Amino acid sequence: MTSRRARIAGVYEHPRREIPDRSVSQVHAEVALGALADAGLAVSDVDGYFCDSSTGFGPVSMAEYLNLHPRVVDSTETGGSSYLVHVGHAADAIAAGRCAVALVSMAGLARSQGQRPTARSSGSPEAAFESTWGMSAVTGYALAAQRHMFEFGTTSAQLAEVKVAASLHAQHNPHALLPKPVTVAEVLDSPLISSPLHRLDCCVVTDGGGAAVVVAPEVARDLGRRCVKVLGHAETVKHTGNGRIDLTVSGAATTGPQAFAEASLTPADVDYVSIYDSFTITVIETLEDLGFCEKGHGGPFVLDGALVAPEGRLPCNTDGGGLCNNHPSNRGGMTKIIEAVRQLRGEAHPAVQVPDCTVALAHGTGGSLGTRMGSATLLLGQEDV
Amino acid sequence: VTPARLPVPAPERTPETEAFWKATAAGRLVLAHCDDCDSVIWYPKTYCPDCGGLSVSWTDASGRGTVYSFSVVHRAPGAFSDAAPFVVAYVELEEGPRVLTNIVGCDPEAVAIGQAVQVVFCDTGEGSALYRFEPAAPPGDG
Repeated sequence: MTSRRARIAGVYEHPRREIPDRSVSQVHAEVALGALADAGLAVSDVDGYFCDSSTGFGPVSMAEYLNLHPRVVDSTETGGSSYLVHVGHAADAIAAGRCAVALVSMAGLARSQGQRPTARSSGSPEAAFESTWGMSAVTGYALAAQRHMFEFGTTSAQLAEVKVAASLHAQHNPHALLPKPVTVAEVLDSPLISSPLHRLDCCVVTDGGGAAVVVAPEVARDLGRRCVKVLGHAETVKHTGNGRIDLTVSGAATTGPQAFAEASLTPADVDYVSIYDSFTITVIETLEDLGFCEKGHGGPFVLDGALVAPEGRLPCNTDGGGLCNNHPSNRGGMTKIIEAVRQLRGEAHPAVQVPDCTVALAHGTGGSLGTRMGSATLLLGQEDV
Repeated sequence: VTPARLPVPAPERTPETEAFWKATAAGRLVLAHCDDCDSVIWYPKTYCPDCGGLSVSWTDASGRGTVYSFSVVHRAPGAFSDAAPFVVAYVELEEGPRVLTNIVGCDPEAVAIGQAVQVVFCDTGEGSALYRFEPAAPPGDG
């Protein structure tokens, strides 16, 4: 499959964070056209289409709206990790010769429509045994954080470092919802939402969306664009395992090693990471599970500006992440891909551009943490990797 | 702090979970045991995730457990918004499963991982009761 490795030829992040004057399908169209223009391609070139179900009939509705005629279609639903799964599936379809230009788009109006993250269980068989007890998305992550603190001695100040790093990056992003740098003390002084998580441990709620165009290597060659190679990808669903919940291990413990193996790379080869940051604990637990530090050492690992570009040991979420920049439709997976592509193309903001960035990792988390969750890892690289 | 402070929403019931919820109305916490491999099954269902068995028997749990993790909820959704602060927790039952629930009957700030708890029931008024947990009585008490 190596010779057929797909390329990401175009990406686009909607510049707005509050879009009360648009429909969801309008935002889909804006980001789809933006990513295709970035790639130098047209709607008529698309022969594979990937999206979630936010527009009702999902890819069927949107294929009609956009006037696509896909040979490959996929609406895999794994929450915020869906779009990394879509890119992985697009890369597989391209390697198999089933399509040559795959469009992945996502959009939503969570902010102006007042949608808050939910435990995503309405109508599911587990719903009666969870939402009935006042469970919410933030509480799910809080339970993981509390257990992580108990097992490994992780502290609220260590969690806060993740937010501080995101805010230091966001100050350079003119589109970020929260562009103001914050301190550890400010995170700890913000109101508790669900202990041990404070308000500033939580991501933003925004409207918006983004899109990516994944193409066959021969298409990429003819575009004359700086494309990014899909080096490896892996996806999984982790769940409660018949009541044997382990809150301190995420699906990244499965997808990380698989993606690295496919790419023939190790964590030491990675120059930049986009790590899903629905909450600060999500980043710490995911970094451990991906192998960037020993299990349980994620708290100490993020100290001393480790995540801050360009000088930190492992620059992370240089767009400001979901914590400060953008978490469109309560789903941060697409923006994770987009910033990784910017870094590899050398198109991140100059203040946060990682020098000689040749390998990047993007990781998506969907649903909760440690319990019932989608998980997807992408390894991306420059053309000569 | 009493259990009555928290909302007691009636859970959605299905034919698969009817035996479970009917038992709660009688003040019993029952667990599905797989007839084929004897695994304890959680959440309640008639499919055994461990062996694929489709036949289960419902047996009484001891109602005792320990706190595996917890969160004091200060901002809550929907009907629970007026009840904050309250505690959402995973309790590890003596029989093994880690069960999402509330800890009641104590100061939320007094809850700790590893704490021994015992089940209490809160009647929904619709033929079911919610299983919640409160600190276990100290040994020799009462």
